[in-house]
Amino acid sequence: MAPRVDHAQKIDELSETLANQKYKYGFVTDIETDQAPKGLSEDIVRFISAKKNEPKWMLEARLKAYRHWLTMPEPEWAKVEFPLIDYQDAYYFSAPKSMADKPKSLDEIDPELLATYEKLGIPLFEQERLAGVAVDAVFDSVSVATTFKGKLEEVGVIFCPISEAIERCPEMVKKYMGSVVPYTDNKHAALNAAVFTDGSFVYIPKGVKCPMELSTYFRINAENTGQFERTLIIADEGSYVSYLEGCTAPMRDENQLHAAVVELIILDDAEIKYSTVQNWYPGDAEGKGGIYNFVTKRAACRGRNSKVSWTQVETGSAITWKYPSCILQGDNSVGEFYSIAITNNMQQADTGTKMIHLGKNTSSKIISKGISAGRADQTYRGLVRVSSKAGGARNYTQCDSLLIGDQCGAHTIPYIESKNKNAVIEHEATTSKISEDQLFYLRQRGIGEEDAVALVVNGFCREVLQQLPMEFAVEAQKLVGISLEGSVG
Amino acid sequence: MLEIKNLHATVGGKEILKGINLSINAGEVHAIMGPNGSGKSTLSYVLAGRDGYEVTKGDVIYKGKNLLDMVPEDRAAEGIFLAFQYPVEIPGVPNTTFLKEAVNAVRKYRGEDPYDAMQFVKMVRAKTKELGINDDMLKRAVNVGFSGGEKKRNEILQMAMLEPSLAVMDETDSGLDIDALKVVADGVNMLRSPDRASLMITHYQRLLDYIVPDYVHVLANGKIQRSGGKELALELEENGYADYAEAAA
Repeated sequence: MAPRVDHAQKIDELSETLANQKYKYGFVTDIETDQAPKGLSEDIVRFISAKKNEPKWMLEARLKAYRHWLTMPEPEWAKVEFPLIDYQDAYYFSAPKSMADKPKSLDEIDPELLATYEKLGIPLFEQERLAGVAVDAVFDSVSVATTFKGKLEEVGVIFCPISEAIERCPEMVKKYMGSVVPYTDNKHAALNAAVFTDGSFVYIPKGVKCPMELSTYFRINAENTGQFERTLIIADEGSYVSYLEGCTAPMRDENQLHAAVVELIILDDAEIKYSTVQNWYPGDAEGKGGIYNFVTKRAACRGRNSKVSWTQVETGSAITWKYPSCILQGDNSVGEFYSIAITNNMQQADTGTKMIHLGKNTSSKIISKGISAGRADQTYRGLVRVSSKAGGARNYTQCDSLLIGDQCGAHTIPYIESKNKNAVIEHEATTSKISEDQLFYLRQRGIGEEDAVALVVNGFCREVLQQLPMEFAVEAQKLVGISLEGSVG
Repeated sequence: MLEIKNLHATVGGKEILKGINLSINAGEVHAIMGPNGSGKSTLSYVLAGRDGYEVTKGDVIYKGKNLLDMVPEDRAAEGIFLAFQYPVEIPGVPNTTFLKEAVNAVRKYRGEDPYDAMQFVKMVRAKTKELGINDDMLKRAVNVGFSGGEKKRNEILQMAMLEPSLAVMDETDSGLDIDALKVVADGVNMLRSPDRASLMITHYQRLLDYIVPDYVHVLANGKIQRSGGKELALELEENGYADYAEAAA
């Protein structure tokens, strides 16, 4: 082939313009809020618990976590860099004032809030929703509304904000909350256990296949405020649920903390499919502002033949620190992790999974697709551990990285620990650059440069996009395109 | 339709095209033949607007417009199609998705409504049938795992879908067996019409048995050394390019 002199320069231009991509959900909802005083202390923990009218046991659990948090070091092993977080310089509770009266129906909800979700493309009126999806809408520290609750209750499915679950089904919450991610797990998880505000609770009874997709949409709005989402999903024997999670935040100059804990419990023959489209504000081109997304997500496949599948599309956040994991305890249980992470500008992501094989004939699959542009840095970090008792365990891991430009980074760090001689563990990894050949070929067919980039990247991610429920797949595909918009020099 | 005037172009600072003059009218089929390194592929890339192929002198007027001012996708939308010598693989992108994006991008440029999924499928099925191409090719990722012949057939399918005014075939015949060569030739012949033109770039005469050109040009050392009718191709087949290599030196 003929030489290409300015290939490098062209790609530079491309990555520079990529760096100027637009964030479409950066607006602020102007609303009166009810806020905790600034800073973090036992009093603040009590304040949050009181706001939520929690029983004493819950407050005690929070305080215990808080006291432990004080003693814990910041996790430092991830390949991300940021200044030490000043935990006293943030608010830990913020809710729209109008929510204090506990609106009974959508008609009583502040129209400003409804308009916000409308604008985000998540209308809360059931008749406006696509039929098959129920939504729990979390705004800063409270759940604004949960749709289709009645319809779900007809089949015994409980889908409600976690604060409501603490009141309604305390036994279940006591039994399962913290059983997968204990407050001692890591510093962010401890903080969450102390100050968590809202998130979703899901219980799928024995033998029930949840009749619709469940989803929670997280919105951070208030300034200088952290969001501490807590989600707990229990799939009883022989049940199935597909759950989706989406997130956005306004564009602000300061960093905001989102420290979430998600716990999944899967009993005999049950299955949970958990999908995330994470589109938190990533900060500007210079790396100013953006969300710190420090999340602990873990699934316990406790039952025989249980299955969990994590699918994540991570396009946002200034820093992503997240490892949705599977503890494969039940014999024949299956864990899957499908991930797309796009980092751009100054974004940093250290993400991956842990597959812990404890039961016999357990199997796991990891498909990770990382796309890095601008001056972004991205790491896949994954642990596959097979215990001595996990005879017949199998794992397949595939990590592919795509680089756009020459100032970004991609790193793959697999950890493999096998204590069982007959375990089969496979790991494949590739790193490639988006090629000028591909872009020229597509452009010669009339496809503009931005669309050409989006097409190549979508193709690169296809295996993972296919795992998403239809409605989300279309959204995610568009998001990939949007996040690469403005790429023509 | 196409008027190339005193075209000079460099690649990596080295002058490859040294004053090309060529005019192609609607309805005509031209063949450019020449030895390796004569600038044949460079000419096709310059026409398509590839980065790194710098025009230092001369003009290219296409349908009354200055072609060299346009970005590659606009040239494509204006009806210039380049059949690649080495079609590029796009992993994970189904051929149909790619074809639909391309056809609709061109329609958008022309101010026409995009085809919806149903309309598109109907249209593409009609084309594959006409060309004798297996529909399986539509589901596969663009050129991934395609044999050499399949890749060329895919180029012809794209051409048939985009219905270009000027098709430039860059050594489309290289590495093809007779059956694949026939598909390629049928595709080009199918598009032959009074308002279209094509430019066949080839090293060998073989393709021209199937696609009979109106004019044959010999390109050597960055210049057209000689032009003639289809009989010139046969003469080249017999005598080789040795004369022109000397002429160029």
